[in-house]
Amino acid sequence: MRKLIALTFAALAATTVVAQENPAALRTPDGTPDLQGIWSNATITPLERLQNVTSLVLSDEEAARMERATLERRERLNQPSDPDRPAPPKGGDGSTGAAGNVGGYNDFWLDRGDRVAVVDGQRRSSLIIDPPNGRIPPLTDEARARQQARLKLAAGRGQYDHPEYRPLAERCLLSFGPTTPLVPNYFYNNNIQIVQTPDHVMILMEMVHDARIIRMNATHVPKHIRPWMGDSIGRWEGDTLVVDTTNFPPQQNFRGSSENLHVVERFRRVDANTINYRFTVDDPTTFTAPFSGEIPFWALDEQIFEYACHEGNYALSNVLSGARNEEKRLGTKQEKQ
Amino acid sequence: MVRAGRDLVVALCTAIAVATAFWTAPPVETQTARPARVAGKPNLNGIWQALNTANYDILSHPAKAALAFRPGPVVPVPAAAVVAFGAVGAVPAGVGIVEGDEIPYLPEAKKKQLENQANWLDRDPEIKCYLPGVPRANYMPFPFQILHSDKAVFFAYEYAGAVRNVYLKDPGPAPVDSWMGQSVGTWEGDTFVVTVTGFNDQSWFDRAGNHHSDQLKVVERYTPSGPDHLWYEATIEDPQTFSRPWKIRMPLYRHINPDARLNQFKCVEFVEELMYGKYRKTPVSP
Repeated sequence: MRKLIALTFAALAATTVVAQENPAALRTPDGTPDLQGIWSNATITPLERLQNVTSLVLSDEEAARMERATLERRERLNQPSDPDRPAPPKGGDGSTGAAGNVGGYNDFWLDRGDRVAVVDGQRRSSLIIDPPNGRIPPLTDEARARQQARLKLAAGRGQYDHPEYRPLAERCLLSFGPTTPLVPNYFYNNNIQIVQTPDHVMILMEMVHDARIIRMNATHVPKHIRPWMGDSIGRWEGDTLVVDTTNFPPQQNFRGSSENLHVVERFRRVDANTINYRFTVDDPTTFTAPFSGEIPFWALDEQIFEYACHEGNYALSNVLSGARNEEKRLGTKQEKQ
Repeated sequence: MVRAGRDLVVALCTAIAVATAFWTAPPVETQTARPARVAGKPNLNGIWQALNTANYDILSHPAKAALAFRPGPVVPVPAAAVVAFGAVGAVPAGVGIVEGDEIPYLPEAKKKQLENQANWLDRDPEIKCYLPGVPRANYMPFPFQILHSDKAVFFAYEYAGAVRNVYLKDPGPAPVDSWMGQSVGTWEGDTFVVTVTGFNDQSWFDRAGNHHSDQLKVVERYTPSGPDHLWYEATIEDPQTFSRPWKIRMPLYRHINPDARLNQFKCVEFVEELMYGKYRKTPVSP
C-alpha cells in the first residue's frame, strides 16, 4: 500500500510537470478550463477542525503523523479475524448503525481516504476555512427549535415504523454523505465524474448514480420545484466555474439546513491531477453566518461502475419486516404472561 | 346570395393571409446557436426523445383497454389493480419498431415472454422503478440528455436517473454485469456506434414482457439526419434467447424549445408504498 502511494506521488509529480509545460492541455476546445475526468474528494482531513487544533495549516510532521496513523489503523483492521472469537452479544453491542450491533462492513469495504487535504501547497487541518476557527457557525434559534421539534417527533415514534422514517441513503434516494456541496462522506466511494460542454456541466456521483446537470448561464427553476440535490446553474468567472444551487427539497438537509439552503461552488483546475473545489453554504434560517470550505479533488485513474442501489435494496424490506416480526414476538410473549 | 358569397371569399382570403403570415413568421424564441460538430464529429448534444409507443410493445399493436386483464362475463376486463385508471390505463396503438415486425425467440424464450406478459404487474421492472436497460431506456416516454464533448459521451436519462458513460476507449470486457451494461463507442463516419455488453438478465424491452438473458449484446447506431433528428438503429444479439440477431429502428427527436431541460424522475420514492407498504407498522388500508 505504502509503495502504491509512493508510486502515485511519483506519477503525480511527473504529470504535473507535463501540465505546466503544456497548459493548453487543461482547456477545452472552446477555451474554458477542462474539468473533465474521474475524481475523488476522499481525504482524512475532517470537515470541521478538531477542538484542540488551532491552525488551518498543518506542519509536514503533523500531516505525516495523521497519514501514518491512518495506514497503521488500516493495517490493523485488515488482520485476519480470529476464527475462535465469540458471537456478538445477544441483542447487539448497543451501538447504532450498520457497523454496530452484530457487525457490518469491515474495513475491506471502506474507502475513507488516506491523505491529508492539500490546497495551494498547504496541508490542511480542516476543510472549512471560513470562519477562521474551521468550524460550522452556531445554529440560529429558529434552527435549534426546529432540531428540538424533530428530535421530539422522532422520540415519539418507532424508527422502523415506516419507510419514510429511514435515512435517505437507506431508501436509495441519495448517496451516503452530502451531494451539494461535494463534501467527502468519510465512508466509501467518493468518486465523481465530470463531463463538460459549453452549455452544461454534468457531475456524476458514482454512489446511487446521481447525475447533477448544471445549466450554464441559465436561471433557476420556479420555487415550488424542489429536485433532489437542488437546482444548479453555472457561469464562468474568469477561469473559475461558479455553480449556484438553490431549490433544495425539505427532506434533504446539510448539517441541519432548511429548504432555504443556498450553496455556491467554485471549481478551479489547478494542475493535471487536481481541481481546487471551494464551497460556500448560506442559510440564514439555519446558520448564524455563512461558511466556506476548500477540498482538493484528486484525479483517479479508475472506472466508474453502476451503483444500482434500489434494485438490490433487500435491506429496507428486511429492516421493516424484521421490526414487525419483533413486535409480533413481543406481543405473543406479553399475551402469554 | 351573391353578396354572402363575396363576403365568404373575402373572409377566406383574410384567413389564408393571416395563416400564411403565421406560418412564415420566424419562431418567437429559439435556442442559442448550436455548433454542427463537436471535435470534428456530429454534435450529439441535446435533449432527445422517441415519439412512439414502443415502451408498451416493440411490435405493432392495436389499442387495448389495459396492460393487465382478468376474465370477465363477456370479454376479459382490466385487472382489479388497474381498473380505476380507466382510459388513462389503456394502451395506445403503435407501429412496431422491430424490422420485419417479428422477434425471433427460441421456443422456451417465447413461452417466457407470454408468461411475463400475463404476469406484467408482478414482473415488469419498470413498475418497481428499476433501471431500464438498453435499448429500452431510449424509447421510454421520457427524454434523455446526451452530453458530448471532445473527451466524453455521456447519456443521462430522466427515468430513474439512469446513466451511461460511453467509453471512447475500450476498457476490455465488463468485469461485472449491470442493468445498463457497459457501453463502448466508436465513430464510423458520421455515425456513432455504441456496443453495449455486460448486461444482467433483469431488464425488459417493453411492457409486453419481451426479455433477454445476460448474453445480450446491443450494437447501437446513432446517425444525425438533420440538426434536430437522430436516426437510431440497434442490433440485438442473444443466442440464449433469440435464434438470430434482429434489429430495431426509430427516429429520436431533439427538444428544441429554448427552456428545454432534463427534469428529475427519481421514482424510487414513488414506489415505496407499492414495495414496502405491507411492512408498515400501520399499513394504509387498500
